[in-house]
Amino acid sequence: MPETIPDDSVGIVETQIIHFSEPLTLECGKTLSEYDIAYETYGELNADASNAILICHALSGDQHAAGYNSMEDRKPGWWESAIGPGKPIDTNTFFVVSINNLGGCKGSTGPNTINPETGKYWGPDFPIVTVKDWILCQHRFMHALNIEKWCAMIGGSLGGMQVLQWTIDYPDLLDHAIVIAAAPKLSAQNIAFNEVARQSIMSDPDFCEGYYLEKSTVPRRGLMLARMLGHITYLSDDSMRDKFGRELREGKLNFGFDVDFQVESYLRYQGSSFVDRFDANTYLLMTKVLDYFDPAGDFDDDLAKALQKTSAKFMVISFTSDWRFAPERSQEIVKALLQAEKPVSYVEVEASQGHDAFLIPIPHYMNVFGSHMRNIARDLPAREVGNKAEVAS
Amino acid sequence: MSQQGSQHERAMSVSASTYTGEALRADLAIIAEWIKPDSKVLDLGCGDGTLLAYLRDERNVTGYGLEISPFNVEECVDKQINVIQANLNDGLKAYFVDNSFDYVIMSQTLQATEQPDALIEEMLRVGDEGIVTFPNFAHWSARVQLALQGIMPVTKNLPNQWFNTPNVHLCTLNDFEVLCARHGIEILQRTVVDRSHRKGSWLMKLFPNLLGEIAIYRFRRNR
Repeated sequence: MPETIPDDSVGIVETQIIHFSEPLTLECGKTLSEYDIAYETYGELNADASNAILICHALSGDQHAAGYNSMEDRKPGWWESAIGPGKPIDTNTFFVVSINNLGGCKGSTGPNTINPETGKYWGPDFPIVTVKDWILCQHRFMHALNIEKWCAMIGGSLGGMQVLQWTIDYPDLLDHAIVIAAAPKLSAQNIAFNEVARQSIMSDPDFCEGYYLEKSTVPRRGLMLARMLGHITYLSDDSMRDKFGRELREGKLNFGFDVDFQVESYLRYQGSSFVDRFDANTYLLMTKVLDYFDPAGDFDDDLAKALQKTSAKFMVISFTSDWRFAPERSQEIVKALLQAEKPVSYVEVEASQGHDAFLIPIPHYMNVFGSHMRNIARDLPAREVGNKAEVAS
Repeated sequence: MSQQGSQHERAMSVSASTYTGEALRADLAIIAEWIKPDSKVLDLGCGDGTLLAYLRDERNVTGYGLEISPFNVEECVDKQINVIQANLNDGLKAYFVDNSFDYVIMSQTLQATEQPDALIEEMLRVGDEGIVTFPNFAHWSARVQLALQGIMPVTKNLPNQWFNTPNVHLCTLNDFEVLCARHGIEILQRTVVDRSHRKGSWLMKLFPNLLGEIAIYRFRRNR
């Protein structure tokens, strides 16, 4: 827990919820008659609502991107490294909004919430959502906050994919798209990893065909395995070597099948702590969201064509040791943007941390990101930059 | 900066302020003169983005820069240049389709590339015209050092020793023109500068290969 809140943190924040009663028809054909979206905000919306930024979360993320929900929190939000006063996503300048996407498990309507029609948990009956559904939902959400367009949308991994989809679905309603460690669609290998994760969850006897909440149980082992597998793909060979090497937990081999090496202990810890904070059905859902993502699919598999109408300026960032969504995948996005003659900068950050690098404050990454965001801030309507006194005068 | 100015004016004044007090390097100033307003430009090895920023603000040019150094990429982003972090060989092939630019520029980089001839071909695949600048290895100061002292020249424009120079393919004006002729490339404009005299004297015009320190060429495929 933080004894004191650091100066560059947004401090104590509270999750808020907006209830939507207008039905939402999803890509799969099913309709949600009503739903909740949980979100957090940091910083202040300016007078003409031109400084709003949407943060899009990744596979296991949620709305709690920065700050602390209470003084008892052990850790701050998942993107504390980039969001806060004086940080690249500067909350002194921008109104930062972070939401929990539909199907999530942190307050937005999802498998672990009650289906109003049955009075029971949605569980496995929650419809399969897609990135496009999320964008539709985020668009309604934006209007609910009385914001006409986002000044920027920023996301890493699956978050970056949402940014990309928004520029296609609402080409005029975004000024700056920042797509980090993402891909234009998943590869067979990516889908394969997701399938193993799903199988580990679904083959856990406690999964109960997805109705585990009704039976007051949790597929702990399955979800833990899924997370352990995921975690391996978030790190690089080098970063694992640096972090653990072949270090032994007890200083000797035990000639058994329990933990010998530190890396095993680490993965078990990551897996088991994940179970306490995440819902297995949501995990299944999120992996499907990833697998189905293919924005070029509606445009003859031509991403450049898909991006033709967007008026957003792009920054695409990748990390050299990321093998989950390798730099080559980001380059595909860049190439499409160049073909569509869109403004884009591409930064390939030298990093040893693998896919996780996008959450780590690597100096070159933070410099470029920060300088780009400061430029965006400078281009906001003049009277909105700086302190409010200027507006009054 | 005017507080009540429109967003556009403000954006312009912000970007224009990037150059205040900064003289453009002599070769960049000449390139800027050669480029038609409103054209589309690709700058290979765009460095800190000075040329592209100048062209954007003074010539209304749009385009992209290719740059590998992280520090330079940061500088470009700071100047609001569209910069793609990539090396020249891979970057050109991977990202750019045929005939997508009016000009492809490569300033002070040709001599440090692995295959200058292939790169020049690539420039003309992607762009209508190419512009290159390079240090002239036949400048008298280089000739003197080689002829009289018997050493590899070290000059203001070629500051490295033979063992640590990035310049693996140095050439002279004559060499470059022979290469162009062989590849069916038409030279549209040529000039030489030395750092202090910019475009230089009538003597430099008369003996460019002897007196020019930096060569600047604009060229296109023979038509």
